[in-house]
Amino acid sequence: MDPSRKRRVRLVVALAAAVVLASALIYTSFSSSSEARKPSQLRSAVNGQEYQLTGRVVPGSVRDIPGGKSFRVMDREGGPSIPVRYQGAIPDPFREGREVIIDVRRGTDGVFVGEKDTLVTKCPSKFEDEKQQRS
Amino acid sequence: MPTLGRALLILALAVAVYGTVAALVGGARGRRDLVVSARRAVYAMAALTAGAFALLEAAFLRTDLTFEVVADHSSTTTPTFYKATAIWSSQEGSLLLWLVLLGAWSSLVLFLTRRRMRDVQPYATAVLLGLGAFFAGLLVFSASPFATLPVAPAEGNGLNPLLRHPSMMSHPPMLYSGYTLFAIPFAFAVGALIVRRADAEWIAATRRFTLAAWFFLGVGILLGARWSYAELGWGGYWAWDPVENASLMPWLTGTALLHSVMLQERRGMLKIWNASLALACGVLAILGTFLVRSGILDSIHAFGASTLGVPFLVLIGLMIAGSVWLVVSRVDTLRSDARLDSLWSRESVFLANNLVLVGLCFVVFWGTFFPLIAEAATGTKQALGPPWFDRYTVPLTLLLVLLSGVGPVIAWRRGTLANARRSFVVPALTALVVIGVAVALGAAERPLALTMFACGAFVLGGVGQELVRGARARRAMSGDGVLRAVGALVARNRRRWGGYVVHVGMAVLFIGVAASSAFQKSQDVKLAPGQTTRVGGYDVTYEKATSRIDTQGGELERVVLGARVAVSRDGERVGTLEPERGYYPSRDERGLGAVGRFFEGESTSEVAMDAGLQRDLWTAVSPDFDRLKPIIDEGDAVFAKATGMPPAMRAQLLGQVLRGLSDRYVREGPPATFRVIVSPMVAWIWAGGLIVFGGGLLGLWPQGRTAPRPATARLRARVAQDLGRA
Repeated sequence: MDPSRKRRVRLVVALAAAVVLASALIYTSFSSSSEARKPSQLRSAVNGQEYQLTGRVVPGSVRDIPGGKSFRVMDREGGPSIPVRYQGAIPDPFREGREVIIDVRRGTDGVFVGEKDTLVTKCPSKFEDEKQQRS
Repeated sequence: MPTLGRALLILALAVAVYGTVAALVGGARGRRDLVVSARRAVYAMAALTAGAFALLEAAFLRTDLTFEVVADHSSTTTPTFYKATAIWSSQEGSLLLWLVLLGAWSSLVLFLTRRRMRDVQPYATAVLLGLGAFFAGLLVFSASPFATLPVAPAEGNGLNPLLRHPSMMSHPPMLYSGYTLFAIPFAFAVGALIVRRADAEWIAATRRFTLAAWFFLGVGILLGARWSYAELGWGGYWAWDPVENASLMPWLTGTALLHSVMLQERRGMLKIWNASLALACGVLAILGTFLVRSGILDSIHAFGASTLGVPFLVLIGLMIAGSVWLVVSRVDTLRSDARLDSLWSRESVFLANNLVLVGLCFVVFWGTFFPLIAEAATGTKQALGPPWFDRYTVPLTLLLVLLSGVGPVIAWRRGTLANARRSFVVPALTALVVIGVAVALGAAERPLALTMFACGAFVLGGVGQELVRGARARRAMSGDGVLRAVGALVARNRRRWGGYVVHVGMAVLFIGVAASSAFQKSQDVKLAPGQTTRVGGYDVTYEKATSRIDTQGGELERVVLGARVAVSRDGERVGTLEPERGYYPSRDERGLGAVGRFFEGESTSEVAMDAGLQRDLWTAVSPDFDRLKPIIDEGDAVFAKATGMPPAMRAQLLGQVLRGLSDRYVREGPPATFRVIVSPMVAWIWAGGLIVFGGGLLGLWPQGRTAPRPATARLRARVAQDLGRA
């Protein structure tokens, strides 16, 4: 095979491999991602499916349970809330009224069970809009 | 003072804008004087912004609460060390630091290259000043660090307790140095492309800066990992958090660039690729800076929404569009001088390493921005977790480590079977021995970790072999002692040996990552004093509750509740750990009593660790102070009634009540929740990091006169030619 043809074949093979890998990446990213939802969007949640829940911890709802906490989460803007049961590490900034992100699945009892160690609490002060912070 | 600071920033903006225009005009019309003037504008911008930074830092150090940023991010009771670092916990202060560092690095590179590349320089200067003008513009128009408050508050917010960690001093400046340094290869790549330079001079001139960018960013990332590891709920040393990913992406492309430039310098290959990588590094560095500030992605770093998103997006858009246009329009001038001779050669290993690094960068990019991509594609925001990242990054990293072992031992141009036999036997045997030992120790159940051990061993074996052979040859020639021979070998080619040391460090680091992630044992457990739990072969006993009250400058800083934990193995005591949790009083007094305020504010866990080469024992405690609640409420009631009490007496009484609470906590010792983690070989990660650090320094260190530089060789040739003609 002459060298230029050989190079072209190599290029095509390399590009084809890249395309295959990229499509695998794209395909799996859609199939293994969890939908990011707000509490108000989770009232029609499918039992057992994993969602990434983002919302605010309802003040007065936090209870200690063995190995973790149970609490309710509402939309950032308020509104209806959903119950969450979580076992795992509790981040330091976790508090009532704070925004949290957590991976959850709805159990048969209607309570959303958090995946271990997925609870993330947004830290309230860093780089936040200054006015909001002081008020 | 604030007026002076504002004036300095406006001046900095003015000189940056002037310099950008002067450099462009000077470049286009060939006016050397304008280009020199533009370079001086860079020095001026650096000096002016450094002055502004010093003013702001002084305001932080003396806690001048008329400054809005000081009132928001510091307080009189913040310890001095953290007062000094609070400046970059603010959006404005960190942007200013960014600009100061950009000015300093740009001045340095332009000074060092002032007599070289007169064609490229004007445009590089214009790009650097353009970036400077952008940041100065942000600081002047939308995020002024010198905003003042009409009335200074009695006390500031204080530095967020979560940021009170020694790494706060080093982690952010290191990252910013890395980010800003990547602007330099970017700027020179743009300059070289504009003037259609196809040689490697811009690469050689900025190589040390690219290496420094890679170095600082790497150190910053590692310090961040170390910090995150020592906190509760930050996901260990790496969590694929968007902000972590943002810093990793330019580091990956930077690593690729540092390797691929060698092919251009040596063989005149990969010119388009190198220019594109340098441009990508610059864009990704700005993208990283932007991600941290925009709040468009949900991150554990959780920066609130800010108004800087649009200008940053415009800048990034311009950078990408400009880069693509430059590369596409210059494709013809950037043809390779040479072709790949063989797939079995060092060149092709470099190429493969580049593809893997860029592939990794793409994976990280895709995963990081997936929430936005998915929202655009399907209408619902979706997120990818660490398992998705691991699925791709683990095999790619394995391949990368293996390649980093193959690269140094394979021949340039075309490898032969004899060369392979000569070079690969020792590394392969090292890998086999390590596999044998690891399997004997029970690592066979985790094949991926085992593969990483083997790849890491391959790297160590290869570099060790090179070192032994080189030193032996040197000794044969010079008759020096072993150490002297090794020293001379390394000193003769610091760049190469710096690289090898980095490979060794990365291999050690990834062995640590593989071991600690595959064989980690962790447990969350509620224990009463006297109770024991068993984690990874260790018996962990909650001995007793501890408590104390910290003061700072005569004021109550925080209440600390903790535990003393005894660790033993097979009945033998290994150590005592004292994890704690500090409770800082809430600044928000609405609805909170004088005593309750201390337990409703921020709290931070102080992790206690027993670290070693073999394993780390990591503990954190979440004290349960429910039993103290009645007393807290009672105290609140007393203080609520005693409104007429003089402040001094009130403070004294409060101190007494808190001490009483603290004593009671120790006496009663209520059950507490513990997280205990036993991870093997975490220390290898930090040790590997230190080795990488040493290798980076070795590579950065100016090369002595031992090796002939191409420039002097060329000069000598020219002189010889001239002499011959004369």
